[in-house]
Amino acid sequence: MIEIKDLVVKYRRKNEETLALDKININIGTGDIYTFIGPSGCGKSTLLHVLSGILRNYTGSVRIDGRAIDPKTQRIGLILQNYGLLPWKNVYHNTMLGVKIKNDQQVMDDYGRYILQQLGIESLLDRYPKELSGGQQQRVAIARAFILKPDLLLMDEPFSALDAISREELQDLFLKIWKENNVTTAFITHSVDEALYLGSKIVVFSPAPGRILEVVDNPCFQLDNLRFRDEYYDMCMNLRKILDKG
Amino acid sequence: MIKVLSNNNKWQGALYSLVLVIIIWQALSWLLKLPIIPSPFAVLINIIQIFAAKMEIHLLYSLGRIVGGIVLSIMLGVPLGFLMGYFKRVDKVLSPLVYFTYPVPKIALLPIIMLLFGLGEASKLIMIVLIIIFQIIITSRDAVKGIPQEIFRSLQSLGANRLQIFKEVIIPASMADVLTATRLALGTAVSILFFTETFGTQYGMGYFIMDAWMRVNYLDMYAGIIILSLMGFCLFTVIDITEKHISSWR
Repeated sequence: MIEIKDLVVKYRRKNEETLALDKININIGTGDIYTFIGPSGCGKSTLLHVLSGILRNYTGSVRIDGRAIDPKTQRIGLILQNYGLLPWKNVYHNTMLGVKIKNDQQVMDDYGRYILQQLGIESLLDRYPKELSGGQQQRVAIARAFILKPDLLLMDEPFSALDAISREELQDLFLKIWKENNVTTAFITHSVDEALYLGSKIVVFSPAPGRILEVVDNPCFQLDNLRFRDEYYDMCMNLRKILDKG
Repeated sequence: MIKVLSNNNKWQGALYSLVLVIIIWQALSWLLKLPIIPSPFAVLINIIQIFAAKMEIHLLYSLGRIVGGIVLSIMLGVPLGFLMGYFKRVDKVLSPLVYFTYPVPKIALLPIIMLLFGLGEASKLIMIVLIIIFQIIITSRDAVKGIPQEIFRSLQSLGANRLQIFKEVIIPASMADVLTATRLALGTAVSILFFTETFGTQYGMGYFIMDAWMRVNYLDMYAGIIILSLMGFCLFTVIDITEKHISSWR
């Protein structure tokens, strides 16, 4: 369970203070997947930086399972738009990075091999990131996050740099692995389609300074052939209306 | 396949230029008929005859000094550069100092170094370190500064401590650049080595060359120059190969 109460984040630039997030209140239940959508610059990524422990300069309270955020004790899987892979490590060592730092584990275990297999990258272990396509790099980043067995999975527009075909392929693959693991997930996106496809609930942000406009239950979540259904189009319209109002 | 081919090309190129130098040298020696330009083959035969008996010890001294200088420069310069690249405050204090002292011709400091540290090994080592270390400091600082923020963020979100960040990110990201800087500084370092070996010692290739010159033994003098150049070339090649190996991810 993630509890965010009265979260306010301000950036200080020279002598000017900019409000990035204004009074964010939201609870994300354990094992839920929430998608966050809003116009660019609305502070979605800032929220993720707070949750991942990168940004510590905020007011209000953010607690994961009742405890304050501390990446040293909590297991946080972070997947970024530009993958965040280490270019000097090959695929094997990149996927091992999380467990190496957290558990001092040096060798891949069965679960790790299973994840690699699920993501179809078990034959690429010797390659370096520059030798991989964008989709393959993102698979490596996803593998790294899941092998860590995270308490919390944070994803910052992970598929937005990919072409449409790889994107949908990876969305499906991600959902499949996610279902097996049921990790609490905060997923940031700027795509209405992606928000509907991946989120059990959808959090809609206002333009800067970021406020939550609405938290929408998503009846489309996990429906088969979602993109061909009427519910999907209704929800798309609904979300776009809320976004336009903001 | 392409890699092997280009490596072969490189060696072929080196061989051609070596042959060319020998041809020009031989031609000059025939044309001018001066004792100061002996035939390259006479020099080569001289090297074979005197290397073990007369030159080896001098080569070992020179090699020791320059390798010692390089190792010391890396050991001091890299951590300093890392600290400057990682901590803004350290950079703010030290950068002006580095920029101010970098353009000073270090060889001009030789009299001061000799007054402070004497004529012995310490002065020679310090001179070599002074030449190499600035490039290493600046390169390692810039390498750290050039690491994208996302990479640090990934590590932070995993709860990595500073030591782990240094081990997993900073060292591997910058080692190749540090070696490039060392390789580039090597040429100047060999010149400085020669210069410092012309006084206060009876060992070293610099001493050997100058001593042969004084004794008007031009064959020995040329032998010394060739061996010193070969030493520089070998060091250059070793660093080059290590660099390629380390930066295979690029």
